[in-house]
Amino acid sequence: MSAAFPTRWRRPPQMIRSRAWRVVLAVGALVYLTLAIGTVEVNWTRVMVGLERGQRFVAGFLQPDFTTRWRDISAGLVESLTMTLTSTVVGVLISVPIGVGAARNLAPAWVYAICRGIIAASRALQEIIVAIFLVALFGFGAFAGFLTLTFATIGFIGKLLAEDIEDLDATQVEAIRATGASWLQVINYAVQPQVMPRLIGLSVYRLDINFRESAVIGIVGAGGIGATLNTSLSRYEYDSAGAILLLIIGIVMVAEYASGHLRRWVQ
Amino acid sequence: MLSVEKLTKVYRTGDTALTDVTFTVPKGQVVGLIGPSGAGKSTLIRCVNRLVEPTSGAVRLGDLDITRLRARDLRRARRRIGMIFQEYALVERLTVMENVLSGRLGYVPFWRSFTRRFPGPDIARAFALLDRVGLSAHADKRADALSGGQRQRVGIARALEQEPDLLLIDEPTASLDPRTSRQIMRLIVEICRESGLPAIINIHDVVLAQQFADRIIGLQSGRVVFDGPPAQLTGDALTAIYGAEDWTAMRQSAADDAEAEAEERDEARKMLRAL
Repeated sequence: MSAAFPTRWRRPPQMIRSRAWRVVLAVGALVYLTLAIGTVEVNWTRVMVGLERGQRFVAGFLQPDFTTRWRDISAGLVESLTMTLTSTVVGVLISVPIGVGAARNLAPAWVYAICRGIIAASRALQEIIVAIFLVALFGFGAFAGFLTLTFATIGFIGKLLAEDIEDLDATQVEAIRATGASWLQVINYAVQPQVMPRLIGLSVYRLDINFRESAVIGIVGAGGIGATLNTSLSRYEYDSAGAILLLIIGIVMVAEYASGHLRRWVQ
Repeated sequence: MLSVEKLTKVYRTGDTALTDVTFTVPKGQVVGLIGPSGAGKSTLIRCVNRLVEPTSGAVRLGDLDITRLRARDLRRARRRIGMIFQEYALVERLTVMENVLSGRLGYVPFWRSFTRRFPGPDIARAFALLDRVGLSAHADKRADALSGGQRQRVGIARALEQEPDLLLIDEPTASLDPRTSRQIMRLIVEICRESGLPAIINIHDVVLAQQFADRIIGLQSGRVVFDGPPAQLTGDALTAIYGAEDWTAMRQSAADDAEAEAEERDEARKMLRAL
């Protein structure tokens, strides 16, 4: 009786049914790719010069000089860390109400629209662009950096918190509402316990990101270790630059490890 | 006393969940609400405390028409109505005590609930209820550390902490094993008897409903098709509610269960006497 059934089975194509179209699309993609690569101009002599400069850079890395510019470096680091911590704390504090307002299951439509608007604005503007604008507004230094990172934090935490709130277990919220609790009590008793571990995890993760970003926005004048890095690069002091980069990598790795540990602990 | 008059619910999608549902529940009566999945049982009990907004009709608790209340008064009415849920619906990351005390949220101002400083009598009541449901030792555990039966007991304590005038119970045994189901049902019915508390228990297990309820209401596609004492729930009545099926086999196993139940009770009595 087994002979009546086929012994071969193939998964049917899911997206494009016609074989001819599949071939045409695959060949087309390949042709486009080769043509596109062909249009990229490479100046080989400039690459050679760059390689030489890169070699010096790597050499600087291998013999980092922490001492010569240590006062600049430590001042930059302290400024960066201050900027990171303050902007994360202030950013999280502002983004919690915005995140709650941007959750469709808790907020009325008009509040939702406003909060989503704020989040979209914050996410649409890249840190560097905001930093350039704020440096022009408030002058060089850490204050512009602090504002930039706070602004970026609001979009990041606000969006992810809102999404977490939208995903929460609705029956727990329903049960608390059924006791006659007010809106604030529902937030405190049914929503907060469910989203708190994730909020803490996200805040620590953002602390991490803010430190890395503080190095980048320093280059456009927003203070911190980025400014120190920029100065040493423009003076061709690659050994100091190497020291700064090593410090940044070290701090980011420590933060990464600590935040992973903390996130597991708060579950 | 609860009276439901011509209650109708049409969802925004156009689906009619309830049509002209009318019944009254006097003080102390335990009503078993049965019906196939999608008959509107859940919608019906959620319309009573307006977790779901009814389209038309009235729900009266004493003299109060719940369907006409505005937000503030609705919260006041809700605290008189205790609700017990299918999957317990405890706040998992809060302690057992916080879950029970959340039954007082409608009575205390925000700052008191936020700082967890509830009035003394509320706390005493919570401890008494935990003792009543046999969980005194677990007050400071997190709710997600308990087993299913224990969680449902916390759910019961939370509902009673409200000092309710009515209990709404949504599939209390759906995620429990048969023995725990019976224990939970017995606990609920005992508590209702003790304080003359009326209850609507939405339940899909016909046998359990017959065994524990004073009265059965059968829903079919959002309409009441049976309303009477459990003894009148004949094979014909069940066919009207659920459609044709061999009901005698179910009754046989039900009889066995009842026997086992009686035996268990005897044994418990013997053990008590021995003590």
